[in-house]
Amino acid sequence: MSTIGYEDWAVDLANVGPIYPFQGWEVAMTIVGVIFWIGWHRIQFVRESEHLEKARKMGDPDKIAKHLDRY
Amino acid sequence: MDGNLNALTTVFTEFYYWVTVVFMFLIHVGFCMYEVGASRRRNHMHTLMKNVMVIPLVTVTFFFFGWWIYWAFPMFPFFGGLNHEMGDANLPWSQTMGTNLQDRITGVFWAAFLLFSWTAASIVSGSVIERIRSSALWVHAVLIGSVWWIIDAAWGWHYGGWMVQYLGYHDAYASGVIHAIAGGYALGVIMVLGPRIGKFAADGTPRDIPPHNPWMLTIGIFLIYTGFWGFYAACNVPVIAPEVIDGQITGTTWTATNIYLAPTSLSAITFNFLMSLSGGLMAAYVVSKGDAFWTFSGGLAGVITASAGNDLYHPIQAMLIGAVGVVVVYKLHYWVERRFKLDDAVGAVAVHGYSGVVGLIIAGFVLWGAPSSPYEGYATINPLGQVAGAVIMFFVLGFVPGWAVAKMQSAAGVLRIPEEVELQGLDYAEHHAYEDAKTDVIEADKAYLASRATPAE
Repeated sequence: MSTIGYEDWAVDLANVGPIYPFQGWEVAMTIVGVIFWIGWHRIQFVRESEHLEKARKMGDPDKIAKHLDRY
Repeated sequence: MDGNLNALTTVFTEFYYWVTVVFMFLIHVGFCMYEVGASRRRNHMHTLMKNVMVIPLVTVTFFFFGWWIYWAFPMFPFFGGLNHEMGDANLPWSQTMGTNLQDRITGVFWAAFLLFSWTAASIVSGSVIERIRSSALWVHAVLIGSVWWIIDAAWGWHYGGWMVQYLGYHDAYASGVIHAIAGGYALGVIMVLGPRIGKFAADGTPRDIPPHNPWMLTIGIFLIYTGFWGFYAACNVPVIAPEVIDGQITGTTWTATNIYLAPTSLSAITFNFLMSLSGGLMAAYVVSKGDAFWTFSGGLAGVITASAGNDLYHPIQAMLIGAVGVVVVYKLHYWVERRFKLDDAVGAVAVHGYSGVVGLIIAGFVLWGAPSSPYEGYATINPLGQVAGAVIMFFVLGFVPGWAVAKMQSAAGVLRIPEEVELQGLDYAEHHAYEDAKTDVIEADKAYLASRATPAE
């Protein structure tokens, strides 16, 4: 058994196409990949909202004024 | 080079490797920038010079004996003697190791391997900044760059290496043979070297020592990415005919191959380099909660984790493997730091060492049963072979020699700089001389100006 469909290279490369593992599972892999991508956005929206909520209460007016002066 | 097609193939191959070598120089530029950016102002010049001098020291020793080791050691010492036929052709006094119109490939192939050697040494260099003696690091650089990594390459990154033949070891873009071994070696050295002053609070809590210049780190790591891309190309044979491989492949279709002469393509590794980089960056951003430097390093760790099998993976597999690797190494880094009080100044043990180990093991499962070689009788890729390979790379050829040599240096009192020098900074003497020279020149200029000035009438 080989995950790439070839157990040795005793083949004519003219007749060989894909050699990645788990051929036939491309759609399933794409679904997993898309979940990873969408999940990443979801996590970031939640985290950034939490961070900004905390950050808006953290500012010291004197320090903010100095930051504004620094440009 | 009889025949136009042979001549064209040879010159193309020569030029191909030459281009990869130039690209890979950027890895070293990036490492230098990263180390200097991570160090504090009082240590800049020493930090830079420590890594710059890796270049000549590893180069000359790799010419003298490193390259010979690669060709002589594939079965030595456990499964056969030295391969004198191949080894002798790569000794420094061999006629192929010089200007020779009958051999246009050895020089560029040697250089491609040499740049990998610089990388191995440079990985160790980063983890030990601001407290190791340069002279001690340079011995480690020669050992990891021209001895230990090239032994592992002969065993596990050579079409005839015993690890490939008997373990089915597969490590196409060097998760283990460069990164795991260098990370393991760095771990061995920093265990003996100890942390920088101030790294740990009295109760053992680790402190973050922030980089003095985050922009240098940023540019540095982007240069490393760029050079790493060249490294990927350098790990391939760009074009070769089945009859030249002389293995099991039939027919007449030419192909690119990995280092084991098994088929892949430049297109495949371009897909996978970018997708594993992306998976690593995304996972690192999440797991580090947006820490810039861990995110950058996570991109690198993602590529390193997927590198063992990036000649064969599907791009989505490369992305997910890169992401998984980053989460594991991030957690492992902080656990080791707290548990063992180790100061890895740039996270090199994690980014290179742990990523390499994780990548090898994952490849054993994902590529289970795939041929490791185009030659008959070799073991196929399997999880046990990959785990054994990871232990050999990280621990046997990396950690043990690094720890042992550092122990000897420590016993001789030549490993670590004195505490007073660490506090005042390695560059103190140079800074002092610089300030004196500046004052002297300013005084001289003022005196000259005064002597030429015409008094007002």
